[in-house]
Amino acid sequence: MMKGSIIPLFVAIPLAGAFLTSFIGKKIEKLPDGLGLFTSFILFVLSLSAVRLYNIHGILTYSVGGWRPPVGIGMVLDGLTAFMLVTVNFVAFCIVIYSINYMKKFTSKWKFYTLFFLMLAGMNGVIITGDIFNLFVFLEIASVASYALVAFGTERHELEAAFKYAVMGTVGSLFILLGIAFLYGYTSTLNMADMGNILATNGINNIVLMVSVLFLMGFGLKAALVPFHAWLPDAHPSAPAPISAMLSGVLIKSLGIYAICRIFYNVIGINPVMSSMLMFLGTLSMVIGGLLALRQWDLKRLLAYSSISQVGYIILGIGLGTPLGILGGLFHLFNHSVFKSLLFLNSGAIEYSTGTRDLREMGGLAQRMPVTSTTGFVGAMSIAGIPPFSGFWSKLIIIIAAVQAGRYGYAFLAVLVTILTLAMYMKVIKYAFLGNLQEKWNKVKEIPFFMKLSMGILAFVCLVVGLVAGMAFLTGMDQTFIHRASETLLEGTRYAGIVLKEIK
Amino acid sequence: MSKEHEKGMSLIVKTITRLTVGLILLYGIYIVFHGHVSPGGGFAGGVIIALSFIHLMLAYGREVAFRKLSKATASVFENLGAILFLIIALLGFAGGYFFLNFISKGEPFRLFSAGIIPLCNIAISLKVGAGLFAIFVALVLLRLDGESKK
Repeated sequence: MMKGSIIPLFVAIPLAGAFLTSFIGKKIEKLPDGLGLFTSFILFVLSLSAVRLYNIHGILTYSVGGWRPPVGIGMVLDGLTAFMLVTVNFVAFCIVIYSINYMKKFTSKWKFYTLFFLMLAGMNGVIITGDIFNLFVFLEIASVASYALVAFGTERHELEAAFKYAVMGTVGSLFILLGIAFLYGYTSTLNMADMGNILATNGINNIVLMVSVLFLMGFGLKAALVPFHAWLPDAHPSAPAPISAMLSGVLIKSLGIYAICRIFYNVIGINPVMSSMLMFLGTLSMVIGGLLALRQWDLKRLLAYSSISQVGYIILGIGLGTPLGILGGLFHLFNHSVFKSLLFLNSGAIEYSTGTRDLREMGGLAQRMPVTSTTGFVGAMSIAGIPPFSGFWSKLIIIIAAVQAGRYGYAFLAVLVTILTLAMYMKVIKYAFLGNLQEKWNKVKEIPFFMKLSMGILAFVCLVVGLVAGMAFLTGMDQTFIHRASETLLEGTRYAGIVLKEIK
Repeated sequence: MSKEHEKGMSLIVKTITRLTVGLILLYGIYIVFHGHVSPGGGFAGGVIIALSFIHLMLAYGREVAFRKLSKATASVFENLGAILFLIIALLGFAGGYFFLNFISKGEPFRLFSAGIIPLCNIAISLKVGAGLFAIFVALVLLRLDGESKK
């Protein structure tokens, strides 16, 4: 077998999981759970081995069907890919564990798992592919599956949110397709490495600028950057809790942020205009998302607005373009995946036990639901940036990077939004978990075992990553795999040469 | 006239449908099998196959169409198509590359040529045909349910 032969499995295994679940899952009741757990566990293990493979061999490429890129479809495993694969598949694994208990209240579990694995296949495909049109295809697979998942409850507001999401998502996808068409017309190739090569020799002109703007709109919509964020606060709270966690935790990152990073750094090449635009949009999302979140009383809606705000941090870090900024941005991406999925699973746990999402109706739940409140506390402290939890370090790195780059205004706003974040999560903790227990919640029970397990794992990761990052922060971060991911972006358009050399 | 002919459209439409529906189905199958040598392929052929069943449903009503192709069968065919496609890809993976064309490619422009591509076309046509039929059925049933509530 070749060195890179695990690469296509990241797409093939979730697809097989989806098709098998829909084929035999509806006949046998327990099968979807078992198959889902098995599939996602294999994917998680494979993603870890992908990191190992990358550490041993460096960049690996794969030619689908034996057709060599740039003519055929190429798949590329590099530092950023390995990092994103671990993030996505780890969160997906935890969410599948959680769904075993949570999804019992919905009638057709097999439909949920089918759509879930189609979405996962789309996300893994977006991350692993080295071909820009293939990226668009996988992006659509993941998006269409997520439109259906948002409408999974088929209540009125869920359908409305899904329709809004579908319309806006399709507009975003069309911008991306238009951009790809222009780029293809300009460079006559679809392979990202080859495209990067040709763009580097031809130089930047108006068509590339126009394509940049189209991509910024399209992928910015997928990532829910502020002028394009309107679908997110409806879509994410309406989905069932595991799907909210998946959408907020990894979907907006793999379809939006990853694609922005890959295309603007490795294909088109970052320039000061683009960089300052990313920073501006990032800061705008950060501030506006934070301000809007503060006013919400619906717990899941608050978390959704907070996602917009945290995505702003990531984009700010990545837009800075300095090694430290990119490192901080990617580190925050990982952390946000973990703690935002944890918080959404938490809100799902509260809804599972009490049946409400309104913060004003809760209160004192810490007495009845100790595991939920502890993990919720860990998640909230992480996202608010309290040491030693993981969110503190990533935000600190982003702020230091902004100061080093001389962007004092952005650094100041980043600190300010941290305080806003702390305030909104204090509100969650105060209203949901602390205070007096209302009488109607006297009989509330703690959630079932698998939900506790999944939330426990995520909370544990928040804490451990925080401690490890703290140690690494004091001793230097040269060897972590996040560092390798940021190196991939720093290579910039040299990426093309490295990948093409590997193909030959 | 038997009872099943009371529903649906007028006699003229039904007669024309009876004469043409088999030809449409055959034409769809032709498009699928010749996908690698002439325009068309799995998707186009699958759509035509689905249209032949939709044609039947429009002219004769739901019951007659469901007797030919029930919802459960459509669902099985749809999944079968997807799984077949993946199995072809994974067989290629076992032979060296994902989606490797591992069957002998034969002589160009012959019906039995091009390796796995005709097989892929058949899998796609199953998926697309059954899927499109299922979408049409879902839309029709939803509408009928809505009307019956009124």
